[in-house]
Amino acid sequence: MRLSRPARGLLAAITAVVLALIYLPLLVVFVNSFSTSQNLTWPPPGFTLEWWAKAFQSDGALDAVLTSLQVALASTAVALVLGTLISLGLQRFEFFGRDAISLLVILPIALPGIVTGIALNNAFRTGLGVQLSILTLIIAHATFCIVTVFNNVIARLRRLGTSLEDASSDLGAGIWTTFRLVTFPQLRSALFAGGLLAFALSFDEIIVTTFTAGSSVKTLPLWILDNLFRPNQAPVVNVIAVVLVLVSIVPIYFAQRISGAEKVVR
Amino acid sequence: MTVDAPAPPTRRAMVSPRGGTIARRGSVYLSRHPRVRLSLLLGAPLFWLGLVYIAALAALLITALWTVDSFTGQISQTWTLDNIVAVLTGSLYQAVTLRTVGVALLVTIIDIGIALPIAFYMAKVASPRAQRMLVIAILMPLWASYLVKAYAWRSVLSQGGIFEWLVSPFGGQSPGYGLPATIITLSYLWLPYVILPIYAGLERVPDSLLEASADLGGGTWSTLRLVVLPMIWPAIIAGSIFSFSLSLGDYITVNIVGGANQMLGNLVYTNVGAANNLPLAAAIALIPILIIFAYLAAVRRTGALNNL
Repeated sequence: MRLSRPARGLLAAITAVVLALIYLPLLVVFVNSFSTSQNLTWPPPGFTLEWWAKAFQSDGALDAVLTSLQVALASTAVALVLGTLISLGLQRFEFFGRDAISLLVILPIALPGIVTGIALNNAFRTGLGVQLSILTLIIAHATFCIVTVFNNVIARLRRLGTSLEDASSDLGAGIWTTFRLVTFPQLRSALFAGGLLAFALSFDEIIVTTFTAGSSVKTLPLWILDNLFRPNQAPVVNVIAVVLVLVSIVPIYFAQRISGAEKVVR
Repeated sequence: MTVDAPAPPTRRAMVSPRGGTIARRGSVYLSRHPRVRLSLLLGAPLFWLGLVYIAALAALLITALWTVDSFTGQISQTWTLDNIVAVLTGSLYQAVTLRTVGVALLVTIIDIGIALPIAFYMAKVASPRAQRMLVIAILMPLWASYLVKAYAWRSVLSQGGIFEWLVSPFGGQSPGYGLPATIITLSYLWLPYVILPIYAGLERVPDSLLEASADLGGGTWSTLRLVVLPMIWPAIIAGSIFSFSLSLGDYITVNIVGGANQMLGNLVYTNVGAANNLPLAAAIALIPILIIFAYLAAVRRTGALNNL
């Protein structure tokens, strides 16, 4: 199949239009973060830096960012360990019930968040009788983050095969040494990509969070939900969203570089 | 679910267990006992998923068979099918279910329709450099908060918002808040989740296959239909699982841009919160659970679950 020049042009045009549509609301957010209007009228009546100054002085927002970072880091760490274990188990062994286990990993992300949310809320409070806290929140987030790590790692394992590991053990390396020196270095970028997705998933999650966070735990999405409809705070929320998008370029860029460096010619 | 690679043969230890350190002996033991190795690998994650998730889901399903004491507001553990019957026969639940499934299906179709040409351009037309930039451009909006983006659409679609500002010179008008706005916003929110797996699927289609098809006389359309589509089908299904299930459970977007419309998520939410009727909420939650299970069962054979 060779695409004609007009066909390529058409595809490029569609891509450009959709990208423009994707960035239109973000542009609105960006412009509104400088707007003097508090209820987001368009076009903005005037421009000010007031909200940017306020955002960086807002304790509530900064605390929320820190809480979200903690939760996302902790649940990503748990997801990395559990996701790697489970993909090694499922990829390197053949056994009864393997399909059921891979379905089990996907379930927390495939079922709607509200189902996961009320199920865990019910289990924590009435089933186990524990108070909701940042710990219950991390447990909940880790549960649905496992799948992103699992998918990245198992795809990588499938491609790698076992010949290098076999060679390593033939040469006398123990299981742990083989994992440390042979398997792990080959998984590193898959772990990074999966971990990044898990982090993003946890950082932005609101529905499961609503049901599993203790009342004193304010993650960023919870803080945003509290403040979005307050006239004085909505522009501050816009500032934070802009900052997050800009900051996210760094990890995404590195993830791309790592996977780009390893990529085989297509 | 299909697995591409055949199961590797179990490794034999090449080192004889003549004493050595504990680590050495443990390693030798493990390489001779693959079952032990497997249970060490799967023990912790299965404990986590089984205990945290499956037990919680099962408990929720059982709660659906209980009832709430109307005086104390406490859950009383008397077994009854009333909640299930109410959900199955209530016209409100039927209407909301149809609406929710309709919205989720439309969002999925729209997203796949938009994602296919973009993913194809990214994977097969763009230069490697442009490709990398495009992936970044698709990933970046994921980091702007879900709420902020939904709220941005509220502002875009509002009266006197940028949408009206853009289309009014051409005689158009904003759809206002309602189901169309909900569908637009949800499609927007989940689009990256659909583009990325389809892009990854297209990347795995070797260019040589496309050339072979052209050499054998296949036109653009027949190549796309007979070569590309069957290969990326699992990736498309994988993307659809995201957009479908994320839309199916959403209640926040519809609150922000949906006007007075309710989706299944809203009914669950109201019954957990304001109405304090967890058994009924659990019974309503059964609807999306059943729909998703049916969907997963239907797509399992395609191998889509390996492409999420």
